[in-house]
Amino acid sequence: MSDMSVPKTPRIWQLAERRYRLIGSKCLKCGRVFVGSRKVCPQCGSRELEDVELSRKGKIYSYTVIRASPMEREKYGPYIMAIVELDDGCKLTTEIVDCSPEEIDIGTEVEATFRKIGEESKSGVIYYACKFRPVAKGV
Amino acid sequence: MIMRGDVAVIGVGMTKFDEHWNKQLRDLFVEAALEALDDARVSLKDVKAMFVGNMGSGMWVEQEHLGSLLADYLGISGVPSLKVESACASSGMAFRLGLMSVTAGLHDVVLVGGVEKMSDVTTSESTHHLATAADREWEAFYGMTFPGLFALIARRHMKQYGTTREQLAKVAVKNHKHGSYNPKAQYQRAISIEDVLNSPLVADPLRLLDSSPISDGAAAVIIARSDIARRFTDTPVYVLGSGAATDAIALHDRDDITTLRSVVLAAKEAYNMAKVEPEDVNLAEVHDCFTIAEILAYEDLGFARKGEGGKLIDEGVTELGGKIPVNPSGGLKAKGHPVGATGVAQVVEVTLQLRNEAGKRQVSNAEIGLTHNIGGSGASCIVHILGRGRR
Repeated sequence: MSDMSVPKTPRIWQLAERRYRLIGSKCLKCGRVFVGSRKVCPQCGSRELEDVELSRKGKIYSYTVIRASPMEREKYGPYIMAIVELDDGCKLTTEIVDCSPEEIDIGTEVEATFRKIGEESKSGVIYYACKFRPVAKGV
Repeated sequence: MIMRGDVAVIGVGMTKFDEHWNKQLRDLFVEAALEALDDARVSLKDVKAMFVGNMGSGMWVEQEHLGSLLADYLGISGVPSLKVESACASSGMAFRLGLMSVTAGLHDVVLVGGVEKMSDVTTSESTHHLATAADREWEAFYGMTFPGLFALIARRHMKQYGTTREQLAKVAVKNHKHGSYNPKAQYQRAISIEDVLNSPLVADPLRLLDSSPISDGAAAVIIARSDIARRFTDTPVYVLGSGAATDAIALHDRDDITTLRSVVLAAKEAYNMAKVEPEDVNLAEVHDCFTIAEILAYEDLGFARKGEGGKLIDEGVTELGGKIPVNPSGGLKAKGHPVGATGVAQVVEVTLQLRNEAGKRQVSNAEIGLTHNIGGSGASCIVHILGRGRR
């Protein structure tokens, strides 16, 4: 396995805060919210965007179970991936955890949870981000 | 509008698409390029420029600077030559750049190729490399893969429009049947709906037999100014329209993932340039990297209304012998998908069809053919319309 298998440390640090705290960009003109950092709104062309904390709750927009894993997850086994539409309208790609595929569907309510994503090597940086899990019923 | 009919395809060549364990990327490319040159009866010294589509030679075989490497090994060093990258649409885009260089008056005769060598690494490494066509930081980082992205699209399409698992399977069955007539296809055997439905899940609801394979291969075409094309060949095929477009790189940043906006935009440009309508198209080579992608292509290219792509496959409209055969070559599914070679391989097939040289898979009375090549999950798309006549 080549060392391209894992993200590089500088890139992990560059995005660590955004991933840890779930910070995105909001267009002050049209109101659209994006995961990641943007200087220009791709919807309306405005340059007035600000960082915002994204909503930590949303609904599953579509999902799948990945059974053919990329090399950095070769030993990780099947896992659920989804696009989640947050309550603020932002859509993002994330892993769905703490449930089996049978327990979810399009529309299932989910919430963010801080988790380990992977590690660069045995002695290298461990990287984290938000995954999502179904909101416990009756809570 | 400057390109309509101004450029002709005068020669085509391609390797068999396969796992070529004993051949290197440069071997494959030169094999396809020489076949195209011989087909066009063009000599090496006639080639004035070269464009090569390739997605990831730096990752798969640790080789970049392909323009120079391949010109060197083809024996045409000295001419300008460059690699064009737009993920799986790389060589579709290379073809368009070739057209532009001819219509701009820079070059009379140009070689456009595409090549990918994928089988030298493990499947999980290829899965990783392919995922670089998605958003590395906001999709792939979290574990998303290409089958995964198309699975998300499939699940939404099934939910919104009632597209069925069986309809998806029928796309693979059709393309395998077509592939069985193509001596250059990676898989030349028919499969059944049950084979598809019983194959292992790759990313629910998509299964192994919904997916195009990992392939090695190269394809090449020679293009020339139309007014000199007949100096080389009696059967020039004319490029009537070319359209290209992009969309948000991440699937999650698109409003509706059941339509690929890049395809709608590229198709509109190509149809307008060619002055043809979807119903004028006699055959199409579309980008069926996964079965759902062919259903989307029917709709986004205007062969079916949005949501009714599944009906088209049910009615047999897109089979050989149907009203508009789609992927007579076997498509990416059966012919194989060496990603950077696919766009030009589509042009090769449509050219052979329009020259009436497609053998057992020949579409009868084909006058107009279309190619549809997408990059990533649809963040880029190139559509070309070719004609037997200049119109």
